[in-house]
This record gives sequence, structure tokens and C-alpha cells, in this order.
Amino acid sequence: MKMREKTHELPFHVVKRDTMPFWKSMTIRIVAVVAALLLCSVLSVFMINANPFEFIETMIDGVLGSSRRLWKFAKDASILLCIALAVTPAFRMRFWNIGAEGQTLIGALASVGVAYYLGDHVPNGPLLILMFVASILAGAIWGCVPAIFKAKWNTNETLFTLMMNYVASGLVAYFLLLWTPSGSSVLGALSVGHLPVIGHEYLLLIVAVLVLTAIVYIYLHYTKQGYEISVVGESENTARYIGIGVGKVIIRTMIVSGAICGLAGFLIVGALDHSVTTTTVGGMGFTAIMVSWLAKFNPLVMIGTSAFITFMQQGSAQITTRFNIDSAFPDIVVGIVLFFIIGCEFFISYSLKFRESKKKGEKE
Amino acid sequence: MFKKILSMCVAVVMVLALCVSMASCDQSEDDFKLGVILLHDEASTYDLNFIEAVNRAAAELGLSEEQVIFKKNIPESNECYEAAADLVDEGCDIIFADSFGHETYLLKAAKEFTDVQFCHATGTMAHTEKLSNFHNAFASIYEGRFLAGVAAGMKLNEMIADGTITADQAKMGYVGAFTFAEVISGYTSFYLGAKYVCPEVTMEVQFTGSWYDEIKEKDAATALINNGCVLISQHADSMGAPSVCEEKNVPNVSYNGSTLASCPNTFIVSSKIDWTPYFVYICESVQNGTEIAVDWTGTLSTGSVALTDVNTTAAAEGTQAKIDEIREKLISGEVKVFDVSTFTVLGENLTSYMADVDTDAAYTKDTEVIADGYFHESEYRAAPYFDIQIDGITLLNTNFG
Repeated sequence: MKMREKTHELPFHVVKRDTMPFWKSMTIRIVAVVAALLLCSVLSVFMINANPFEFIETMIDGVLGSSRRLWKFAKDASILLCIALAVTPAFRMRFWNIGAEGQTLIGALASVGVAYYLGDHVPNGPLLILMFVASILAGAIWGCVPAIFKAKWNTNETLFTLMMNYVASGLVAYFLLLWTPSGSSVLGALSVGHLPVIGHEYLLLIVAVLVLTAIVYIYLHYTKQGYEISVVGESENTARYIGIGVGKVIIRTMIVSGAICGLAGFLIVGALDHSVTTTTVGGMGFTAIMVSWLAKFNPLVMIGTSAFITFMQQGSAQITTRFNIDSAFPDIVVGIVLFFIIGCEFFISYSLKFRESKKKGEKE
Repeated sequence: MFKKILSMCVAVVMVLALCVSMASCDQSEDDFKLGVILLHDEASTYDLNFIEAVNRAAAELGLSEEQVIFKKNIPESNECYEAAADLVDEGCDIIFADSFGHETYLLKAAKEFTDVQFCHATGTMAHTEKLSNFHNAFASIYEGRFLAGVAAGMKLNEMIADGTITADQAKMGYVGAFTFAEVISGYTSFYLGAKYVCPEVTMEVQFTGSWYDEIKEKDAATALINNGCVLISQHADSMGAPSVCEEKNVPNVSYNGSTLASCPNTFIVSSKIDWTPYFVYICESVQNGTEIAVDWTGTLSTGSVALTDVNTTAAAEGTQAKIDEIREKLISGEVKVFDVSTFTVLGENLTSYMADVDTDAAYTKDTEVIADGYFHESEYRAAPYFDIQIDGITLLNTNFG
């Protein structure tokens, strides 16, 4: 009993909640975002001498200020969404693929390689098809290698996919060197292998990603393979018990993941950059994980989360420009907002039960 | 409760929307504006050099804060085009980009927005693209490096005179980033400057394969010193080489700004490009309605090539006077940096050399660059194209990236 008296107990304990109605959890999320933005606004008063309204106004202006910015916003969100769609199937089966960065980069490299070597010999139409196929294959290979090792020897997929990022980046550096004899490693935009412009410059890309979103949604929710992914994610033993080949599902799913990353690489090269550098993907492979996770791995919700994260990034970039400040500040803003969201997710899933009284505890 | 919060949120959003529409109205259209696209931000010494130059030029021209817009952290991709297009929407009259890889994307913007002037530092394509609104610029930094080399040569002479080394031990070490024209042109002019006052000098060059890698630069400098180099210079952006020199008490000639504060005993002098005159020039050209040069090369006489003050603790006596003397000779044309009579290639003097001046995929050597007894660096285009390996300089390795 003496030991018991000395034990310090927290004044509360954490309890898992019953499922909350959707409207209620959504309201909590919105309140969290608003609270985060309010905190950022207050910070902006002290750090950049802007009034809070100016701060939020500038963010909105950075995204909606002109039709060009709106298009850029839609385009950036689409690319991010495309990569997020790629990581989602793997995440649903709890295969922690953090190699989307490398899978996308290698896809981009494959497209540029095809355009560089065949651009002068093949007309644009077939060239684009070759670039498309090469990108998808390259991404699929990059995704499939760690999956094979996971399926056969149960290696750690997180480390493996991460390492593959560095290999991809090293290969890009090597080929850039090969393609630029002056030693500058700057290839510049190629004049061949451009995707056709339909309506607006970015329209084709945006539509393609939206179609892909629908396909991935149907694949995950309404097909046998999608169901197998969910079962493997819930419990590998259950999957084995009901006769699902777990290794096969892992490899197949990572090929799908890698191929979608490759597609993202193809879209970046064919529709935007027409070139590749080691920073072509620019960290989107990691941001995409956030997009997918925030959306609870639901492709349709990911349209919203990718738009939200892109909004934060583009809006805060405008703050750097408008107030001519160090770009660390926008990073702080994005960090605070994500912190609030992740925090509120915790309170949506769990609740704190405060201990009613100490005496009651001692009686036990 | 939730309803109250919700209605408050809606109210706030509506007020904000109003603010946005108000804000977009009060911009006056006539103001002159300069847009600046930067690869990184203040944390990079390379970009900081441009930011400071823009700010000095803005002060000189009396531009207000609203008249200069910076876009920082713009990668060498389509984002550069997007940033440029956005600056056009903001009403910029001139848009400047600072990184080599920005060029093709800035060019795309220049073709679309023909009434806006686009200026690009270090680029090579303006003189072949022939657009009236796309311009390249660089500086004849080789002149600055030549003068820095003179200071190095003076130091070697002093060491020979006081018996620290013999004349055949007068060997310098150079830490370079990549083995390509910009770096080759830099170390060769540095070497020729030293040779101008100290004819016996030789030099070894070690490449790191990176513009900024403190460890590699330290290792390279240490290796050179162990190899018998008695003076070090560098063309890379970290404090690696200068700090090793201070530690081992080896004199150092720096680049891109003074390292006097952290290397008080070994820092001799540093050369750098000052972009202020260029920003003043392009802004004034647009304000006065005159043409901007297709390929602008800043020189000693335009004030674009600058040297820091000589550190008298480390430098030989009379260094400043000698630098001033040769500076005048460079400006008057009496001394040429790449005078072909001052160096040999495989034992012979050059009389002809074809350089890759016009950018093309095959890197064709297309232009004769030796005439009137010297190599015409930065004259047929602003960006360097001197890429000859001359006698007296030994490359310990090569690194193309």
C-alpha cells in the first residue's frame, strides 16, 4: 500500500472514442485549421510586422489573385495528387513506401532519356507513347524491387524505398553529366516530346489526374485486387488464412504504385519541365504521404487534402514575396497548420477522461 | 456554440474576400517595377550577392520597396517560367533570373511576353536566340582573378626573398568546383596573374565536384598543402579551404567576399562580381527607353569586378600599390589577361583556338577566339568559354559533376 501512495498518476487517461459522426469530425478539423491560421496571423504581427488580415489576405491572393495563379494552383495540386494516388495502394496494405520521390524521378528520367535519344528520329506522337511506356516501366521497376525483397526476405521496406531515392537521384546526376559535355549538368528544356496543349496549357494534365483519381478509387473500393490490398493491410495472417498470396499482392501493389509515380514523372516532363534535374520532384514524394494520410487513404478525399497543402505552400510563398522575408517563415506556417491538424486527428480518435477523484482511486 | 463559431468563420472569410478585391484595385499601373527570380534565398552566398546588389541599385535609383519583387527558391524548371509570368502579371517591366539552369524557362517567358525585358545572369543563349527582349550578362571576373593572382605572386616573391622557400618551390594550390569553362577560366587567370609578377610559379588544381561542400573543400585544401603548395586559392562557396589555410598558417586568396573575419592571419585579398552596376544599367535603360545590350559584360571599368581591401597582415609589402598599377594597365588595355605570349600549351604558344561560344546540343567549337595576340574571353558572349589546359598548371583530378 505504501508503494501505491507514492505512485504519481496523470490526472487523465486516454480512451479510444467510438466512431464520431462525419459532420462532427469535419467541424473539429475546420476549427483546428482556423485556430492554426489565427495563431499564424498573431505570429505574423510580431515577426513580419503585418497585420493578421494582411497575412491571410496575402495567402489567398497568392492562390486566387489571378487566373494564372489559380491554374498554377490546380496544376500543382494535381501533380501532388497524382503522387499521393501512387503511394495510397501501398499504404492501404501498410507497406510504408517512402520511395515515391525516387519512383517519380526515375520516371521523369526515363521520359527525358527517350526524348533525348529518339527525339530527332521519331515523330512527336509515337515519341510521347514511348516516353509514357518508358516512364511507367521505370517507375514500376523502382517500386517493385523493394517489394520483391519484402515479399521474399521480409526486408524493411521503409529503408529500402528510401535508399532507392538516392539511387535514382544519383542516376539523374550521372545522365545529366553524360548529356552535357560542357560539364554544367544543366540540360535545359528539350524542344521535343511536348504533350499537346488542349485549351489551357495545364488542362490536359489536370484532367488526366482527375480521371486517374476515379480509376484508383474504383480499383481500391470495388475490385477484388483492391479488396485483397485491404485484407493484407488489416492482417497478413487473415489474408493467408483465406488464401490470398501475400507476397504476390505486395509485389503487384508496389508495381501499381511505382507505375503511377512513373506516370507523374511523365506528366512533369511532357507537360511542364521538358527536362530533368535531381530536384525535379522537389520533395513532393514525401509531401504526398501527408496528403494520402490526411485523407485516410481515400482517393476522393485526397483531392481536398492535396488542394489544401498546395494552398498552404503557394499562399505562404506569396507571403515571402510580398513581405520580402526569409523563406523560413512560410515553413513555420505550414508546420503550425500541420501540427494542429495532426493534433486534432488525435482528439477525433481518442478522448481524455479526467479522473473523478483521488479518493475513489485509493479505495480500490 | 458550433453554429456561432461557424457563422463567425463565414463572416471572417467574407471580410477577407473583400480585402482581396480591394487590394487588387489600389495598384497603380504606371510604376516601374523590377522582378528578381532567385534559385535559393539569403542563406546562399551566391544569391545573397544578387540580393544585396539589387538593394544597392534600388537605393541608388530611389526605387521604393513595392517596385522590387523577389521570387526566392525558384528551381530550374517550369516553375521559373511560372514565376516570370506571375511577375509580368504583377506589372514588372524587367524580370531578372540568377541561375544558369533558369535560362530555357526564362526564354519561354520572353517569347510569350514581348513587351517585358528579360535579363539572365551567366546564360549563353541570348546572342543566338536574337530576341529583342532577352539579354545575358556576366562579368569579366577573370580580370579580378588576375589581380588577385598578382597579390598571390607578390606573396610568393616575398617568401622566396626571405628564404622560406626556393624559387622552384613556388607552387600554389587551387580548389575548384567543376572542371568546366567558368572554373577553368578562373584558375587560369589567377595563375597568369601570379606568373606576371613571379615567373617561376606553378600550380596544382583539385576539384570537389560541388559548389558547396565544406568537408570536400577542406580535404582538397589539406591534400594540396601536404603536396607542397605554399599558397591556396579556391572557386567554391564554402569556408572549407580558407579555414584549413588559417589552421595551417598558409596564405589564402579568396573569392566572392572577404574571409578576413575568420582568417585574420592568412587572408590576402578576394575578388568578386558586383552586380549593382548591371541592375542600375538595366533599370535606367528601360526608364529611358533605350536598348539593353544582348550580352553585357561587366568589367573593372564598369565597377562590376571588384577586389576587397588587401589584408596587410598576410599580404606582401606593396601589394595594394602593385594591384592598383596593374588594374590601370588592364583598364587601358596595356596588359591583357590571356595574352598568348605569356603562356604555352604543350610547350607551344597558341595562335588559334576554336571555342564553343554558340550553344548547341553537340557543343560544336564554332568561333575563333584568338586575335591580336590574346584570347578574347567574354567578348563574343558574356559567359566564360576559356577551357584550355595550359602549361604550369597540373590538374590532380577532374570532376564534371
